Amino acid sequence: MIRIVLPHHLRVLARVEGDVGLEVKGPVTIRSTLDSLEARYPMLRGTIRDHVTQERRPFLRFFAHDEDWSQQPMDAPLPEPVALGAEPLLIIGAIAGG
Amino acid sequence: MSDVRVLVGTRKGAFVLRADGRRKTWSVSGPHFAGWEIFHAKGSPVDPNRLYASQTSAWFGQVIQRSDDGGQTWYQPGTPPGEATTTPEGSPRGESSKFVYDTSPENGKSLTTHQWYDGTPHPWEFKRVWHLEPSLTDPDMVYAGVEDAALFRSADGGKTWQELAGLRGHGSGSQWAPGAGGMGLHTVLIDPENQDRMFVAISAAGVFRTEDGGRKWKPVNRGLHSGYMPDPTAEIGHCVHRIAMHRSRPQVLFMQKHWDVMRSDDAGESWREVSGNLPTDFGFVIDVHAHEPETVYVVPIKSDSEHFPPEGKLRVYRSRTGGNEWEPLTGGLPQRDCYVNVLRDAMAVDSLDPCGVYFGTTGGQVYASADAGDNWTPIVRDLPAVLSVEVQTLS
Repeated sequence: MIRIVLPHHLRVLARVEGDVGLEVKGPVTIRSTLDSLEARYPMLRGTIRDHVTQERRPFLRFFAHDEDWSQQPMDAPLPEPVALGAEPLLIIGAIAGG
Repeated sequence: MSDVRVLVGTRKGAFVLRADGRRKTWSVSGPHFAGWEIFHAKGSPVDPNRLYASQTSAWFGQVIQRSDDGGQTWYQPGTPPGEATTTPEGSPRGESSKFVYDTSPENGKSLTTHQWYDGTPHPWEFKRVWHLEPSLTDPDMVYAGVEDAALFRSADGGKTWQELAGLRGHGSGSQWAPGAGGMGLHTVLIDPENQDRMFVAISAAGVFRTEDGGRKWKPVNRGLHSGYMPDPTAEIGHCVHRIAMHRSRPQVLFMQKHWDVMRSDDAGESWREVSGNLPTDFGFVIDVHAHEPETVYVVPIKSDSEHFPPEGKLRVYRSRTGGNEWEPLTGGLPQRDCYVNVLRDAMAVDSLDPCGVYFGTTGGQVYASADAGDNWTPIVRDLPAVLSVEVQTLS
């Protein structure tokens, strides 16, 4: 079970409170984690990565084990503390706008 | 007695306002989708409890919301939680927020680029849904005008969307260019007498008409003159801000262009200017009285450089002669120090008698007149900037 911390607006869309816990099949990567997240919460499809290109939306970043994973390959294994659920994967929106 | 429901889209959420037919005391519910831009929300003419809303965000992209109970509860009409998001063959299931441009071989060649601000070719990039237009007869069918300009249609209540690619592909798409606010398809008008005939308007491309339900389109911009274009009378490139029609006379169209208020009596084949004595013919909104097809409303804005009312006076102008002769309507509207704007989708009318007229401002006010514009009251005044206003008359 891994844990994901979503930005406020995506928690509202998915109708969840607090962290999201997910079972991820196979290697735990950004891609496999988002696949599992979107399978369980289809309303989030397109909100974190583009519907067509599947690229991360530019105003969002990923953090894992105190490291910025935004530019890492989508299929790179996430750090063990995140893969084991000891620490969450953080999905964070840019702080901007009015 | 009929009730009236006003759907307000703002920079920070949607609001639903409701009153009885006297239109004096209003309830306000919202914000729905707090913190998100709601570009537009509109109800089905045949099932008033069926509402569609365009929820957008620079962070999270496009979301389509639907209500089946008049705006009390909302949901995304896509794949339910727990259901597979791919078919057994591995193809993605339709999703309510997924707008993918048609790249099929029969259309792809002509759909690759439009013009950028500097005239160079630029690829089409989906940004958001500007306008949702439900079918006049089928609550599950709804059209979406999007940025970058294209027309999509859903026939399953918003679960899946398909582009009507004949619009971009009819031949002029490579000449379309964005206006300052983007290249949006912002108006969809369906002819109530012949629903295969529709009109759409795009900033900055112009007006287009289909006679076959959206497969084939032609530009209908003859008579428009735009001094900011290299060829002011070119067929393509006009920054049309809004068009409107009266149900009883769908061949007559009214237009608020970037500059100029225009009229067509032949379904767009030709246009003539009817700005007449307006203090300025720049503006965004235009609408038609529910019962008087020659009574038209606009809100003049000072200029394309100064998006606020002339002299700081918020005035709706009404013509009872189908244009040219305009009277200012000021009762109840601020006549000093007012510097709000009224955006293109932010005016609507109800169908009561006398006709009610409504508009929203970037200052967060929604003004209503229950007497066809003679007197105005702010029915709510401290909302986020208003992007759209639609009205439902409920029996």
